[in-house]
Amino acid sequence: MTAIMDKLAFYFQYPLVRYALIVSVLIALCSSLLGVTLVLKRFSLIGDGLSRVAFGAAAVAAAFSLNDDFLMVIPLTVICAVLLLRAGQNAKIKGDAAIAMISSGALAGGYLIMKLFPKTSNVSRDVCATLFGSEKILMLTKTETWMCAILSAVVIAIFAIFYHKIFAVTFDEDFSAATGLRAKVYNSMLAVVSGVVVVLAMNMVGALLISALLIFPALSAMRVFKNFKAVTVCSMLISVICATLGILISIVAGTPVGSTIVVVYAAGFFVFGGAGIITRRG
Amino acid sequence: MPQLICRDLALGYEGKTVVSELSFTVNAGDYLCVVGENGTGKSTLMKTILKLKTPLSGEIQINDGLSANEIGYLPQQTVIQKDFPASVREVVRSGCLNRCGLRPFYNKAEKQMAEDNMEKLGIAPLAKSCYRELSGGQQQRALLARALCAARKILLLDEPAAGLDPNAAAEMYALIEKLNGGGITVIMISHDVAACVKYASHILHIGAGSALFFGTKADYLKSEAGCAYAETGEKT
Repeated sequence: MTAIMDKLAFYFQYPLVRYALIVSVLIALCSSLLGVTLVLKRFSLIGDGLSRVAFGAAAVAAAFSLNDDFLMVIPLTVICAVLLLRAGQNAKIKGDAAIAMISSGALAGGYLIMKLFPKTSNVSRDVCATLFGSEKILMLTKTETWMCAILSAVVIAIFAIFYHKIFAVTFDEDFSAATGLRAKVYNSMLAVVSGVVVVLAMNMVGALLISALLIFPALSAMRVFKNFKAVTVCSMLISVICATLGILISIVAGTPVGSTIVVVYAAGFFVFGGAGIITRRG
Repeated sequence: MPQLICRDLALGYEGKTVVSELSFTVNAGDYLCVVGENGTGKSTLMKTILKLKTPLSGEIQINDGLSANEIGYLPQQTVIQKDFPASVREVVRSGCLNRCGLRPFYNKAEKQMAEDNMEKLGIAPLAKSCYRELSGGQQQRALLARALCAARKILLLDEPAAGLDPNAAAEMYALIEKLNGGGITVIMISHDVAACVKYASHILHIGAGSALFFGTKADYLKSEAGCAYAETGEKT
């Protein structure tokens, strides 16, 4: 035990590791807040779709040798998110089919571009790092850290201010719109937030594993709690605890950050699933 | 005093007309039932009155300074609501949101109104229960309480008794009648002709493509459309 503590203390001397932990906790908070709404709106797969769009956008940004690829990836992902979430209800191609189409298209396009305009000699390693997460979260520049922190703070503030409105729009969009709430505005806002959160979370776990950050906390909380407030608060707590644990474990055990975090989330889900069964019986 | 006047409405979606030449007037305190077969545009009419859809042609005139935040709406239940983790209180309170404007939280008066409306509909003891675990009738009451929080003058109900057993349906209709007696205008879509004829003051019968009848209940029972429909209604 002391050996583990010593190892952690050693790593936490480095500012980069401390930044990584802070940024991860913030991203975990954002994604859990967003996840509750997405799961309930039946948009669980949107994270997968958008992250592949972000992957494609990142490949394009790399081909143009942009330094701050955030500036290109975030707007492109947000545009796709708005198209998917807003057109979702009325479009000719329905929600899940549109997501499947965009995600495979963007993934293929992104890989093609990376192969055609290789940035480094080892393209496969680059691709693998973007898809499954790399140690990127431990190597954020100061600008990136601030960017992540500010964007996360904005997302959390949006959820705090519009909490009741987001509940109403999620629970019953028609009623909200009919009684004078601007449901479309709030839906677009959620779409923009989804885009931003997905791009942020990509730094943490990679493109293929983002869905886990979004849906595991919400689903775990729903096993046990039965009202919206409790589910929201609980999924925030689950997400923060799991993300922290995941990072600490990956540092101590030297495992890949992204997949370790996701495995901890999955374990959390089973714990809450069990707790749900027990409370329902009792 | 007319609260709502519809003139020559044509409704439909994707450019296809479902129903045209709809003209009717709703006065304050009326209880209007909209009947007709599936696909004749009853729900579309309601969504058009609520401004969720735009009519293909014609106009809807809303008098009396009645604005969107004075209309209560009881929509049909959606798939999403079937496993939504929300307490009854959270659902009912969300009806007050149209009074909040930019204020992010409910004030005392709004919270009190939610409590009063739950009391009125007999679901106060269920305030903390989970919405999805209620019976169909209780769920409809919760949604009706929410509609009451939003409504000041007019209630639009889309098949309030759909999926309820006969007892729960009868209770639901009795509640609506009580609310109407209290001065709120009610516009209700229903397949239950017997109930419509029993409770409504006015009937709008939409047939394939156009309105077959609009007028008071007494006239409806004498009309051709009314006789034909009432008979088939009684048989089923």
